[in-house]
Amino acid sequence: MSDLETFRREMRAWFEANAPKSLVGQAGSELEGTWGGRKATYPNPDLKLWLDRAAARGLTAPTWPKEYGGGGLDPAEAKVFSQLLRELKLPPPLIGFGLTMIGPTLLRFGNEEQKKLHLPRICRGEIRWCQGYSEPGAGSDLASLQTKAVREGDHFVLNGTKVWTSYADQADWIFALVRTNPTAKKQEGITFLLIDMDTPGVSVSPILLISGKSPFCETHFQDVRVPVSNVIHKIDAGWTVAKALLGHERTMIADAFGAAGPKPDKKGGRSYLAELAATKIGETNGRISDPVFRDEVAAFEMESRAFAYTVQRTKDAARAGHQPGSESSMFKVYGTELNQRRYELIVRLLGPDALGWEGPGFEEDDLESTREWLRSRGNTIEGGTSEVQLNILAKHVLGLPA
Amino acid sequence: MQLVLTEDQELIAATARDFLAANSPVARFRALRDAGDPLGYSPALLREMAGLGWLGIPFDEKDGGAGLGLAELVLVVEALGRKLAPEPIAGALSMGGIALALGGSAPLKAAWLPAILEGEKVVALAHQEPGSRYDLLRIETRAEAKGQGHSLSGTKVQVLDAVGADAVIVPARTSGAVGDRDGITLFLVEKNAPGLTVERQLRVDHRNAALVRLDGVVCAPASIVGGIGEGGRLVEAVIDRATVVLAAEMLGGMSEVFDLTLEYLKTREQFGVPIGSFQALQHRAARLYMAIELARSSVMAAARSVDAGEAEAAKLVSLAKARASDAYVQAANEAVQIYGGVGMTDEYDVGFYMKRARASELTFGDAAYHRQRWARLAGY
Repeated sequence: MSDLETFRREMRAWFEANAPKSLVGQAGSELEGTWGGRKATYPNPDLKLWLDRAAARGLTAPTWPKEYGGGGLDPAEAKVFSQLLRELKLPPPLIGFGLTMIGPTLLRFGNEEQKKLHLPRICRGEIRWCQGYSEPGAGSDLASLQTKAVREGDHFVLNGTKVWTSYADQADWIFALVRTNPTAKKQEGITFLLIDMDTPGVSVSPILLISGKSPFCETHFQDVRVPVSNVIHKIDAGWTVAKALLGHERTMIADAFGAAGPKPDKKGGRSYLAELAATKIGETNGRISDPVFRDEVAAFEMESRAFAYTVQRTKDAARAGHQPGSESSMFKVYGTELNQRRYELIVRLLGPDALGWEGPGFEEDDLESTREWLRSRGNTIEGGTSEVQLNILAKHVLGLPA
Repeated sequence: MQLVLTEDQELIAATARDFLAANSPVARFRALRDAGDPLGYSPALLREMAGLGWLGIPFDEKDGGAGLGLAELVLVVEALGRKLAPEPIAGALSMGGIALALGGSAPLKAAWLPAILEGEKVVALAHQEPGSRYDLLRIETRAEAKGQGHSLSGTKVQVLDAVGADAVIVPARTSGAVGDRDGITLFLVEKNAPGLTVERQLRVDHRNAALVRLDGVVCAPASIVGGIGEGGRLVEAVIDRATVVLAAEMLGGMSEVFDLTLEYLKTREQFGVPIGSFQALQHRAARLYMAIELARSSVMAAARSVDAGEAEAAKLVSLAKARASDAYVQAANEAVQIYGGVGMTDEYDVGFYMKRARASELTFGDAAYHRQRWARLAGY
């Protein structure tokens, strides 16, 4: 038996012993997974049990080194782990920006002390992180950010405002870009800083979106004192860190919009969209009655499949040793536009049923689709607008002149 | 399914690229066109390609092939498509040759396949009739029982690579009504058969294509490819494969015309700067890049799915052809627009790609046709 088969056998036994029965089959339900943090609540106490058991085995961050609380798995073993998760339809033991964003950044840019302090707390789900990049005056032109960090001995004193800080009201720490040198070229005076949200002078206010709800906040800093030892990489060299992380974020967003979108398709049967079209529009001899809608459903399914194959192609190439570069900007543009098209199509298939906001007379599913349609309009803006991604593709992938 | 090339596949692709760059610049296609060459391709070069092992790629080893699949053949054909190399590989080999491989009797295969794989003989497949558009079952050509065999009468149009071909495989109706899947039979008709006329049709893309008329052509039972009345399924299986191959040729064409466009964007100056510095053009180039990447993934997936005999293969064939059709037409149209006035001239090559893009789009079904087919196969 190969080592990998032995590992699979061990992992399967571990799942049988440790995965709470109440969570099996629950992936994709409202039990999406646990974000952790000091303010975490657990609607099902087994979620906490699952988190603790997985963390004890290093399986909240399967590929991170063991010394920092990870599982030390190689990519093939990590794949076995995620296959088993999918097979049992278990929610992942822990999700969030600690695992997906700041953790990988610390592994690459952090010093030993920073890694030892922060990574284990992320793995155990003790600290929840949020991201402080955009500002009211710095959107697509992120490098023009103005949150000021003035050095006073061993501390920086922060003043300014960050916007679109997702889940800042639930987070314990924030990683942020701040201006440490106001006279340097704009990309060269930026520092990547970690800030404890409990520090005096940090305040958070929520932002209401057109969809009526949102995880977004504004985070304000008023004379907030942050130790200089919280700088990641070097002072004034934060743009390098930010760019690496942004590339990562785009891949993540693209992944989220990867294949069939958020509503899973029934295996072997019609897709969610085809079924919705057949229900709402009607069908004749097994075909969606309106040929225009039929064509649109097929067009969407096909493009979404071609996109999924393209994402897969990049992943297969990465496993074969070709690391993706700026072409991942394509996934951000295409994935988000596909998701918008999906919800535009859903809303038009629903017809007047799509017009509900809340209350009686509307189906829960339809209400949710309407909110998702509104929310999806932000997909091509957040994490770098489509236009910025197209600029990146044109210049860095196609080599077109500035 | 692994969507990455193996080392062997990388080698096949690189060899094909290098060979065609050295032996088949677009100028060769232009010269054949200008000379009004009746075949429109070079039999000598076809034999050289056979010598490189290209023609045997998708055929079984027992038939003299390499025992590889579409996943490998598409790499060679993509390189052919880049240079508009007109040798009858995406056409006759992938249609007539594959029909013989899938349906031919042992004696038929033994008589034809070795010579086909050596580039010595060419066998076309006449899948299209006047007005049939993309419907493979809309066969009006009749095959009436006559003595031991059949007598064929009917008309076939735009039969690819039929000019100069040694034989044409002809789907004809032995029973059933026009549109039925059952009742179609495939006959191999040799070039000298009495009652057969093959007349060159000049197409906008100057691909070898012929009007084939059958007037009481007598065919012996031994000339039947596949079973009597079972040719409907066979021709569908063959055209599915040929469609993937054509999509690969289109992938090559769109990639080349996109490279030409990028080159022009970087070198052509107007208003004192390279036109590629204009954001309006940069974004269009970036969108084109994405469309071509999606087409590439679709072709790779379809080839692998057909090779593996997956239940979903037919859907993926439609995916590949739909994506390739839209992307090639978009790439070629953008090329002419971005080249501007010179893009409209015969002197520049981009016009060739625009014509070929349209011709390929309208062969084996355009994107709209394949969306309908996808929907039907997906159960709605």
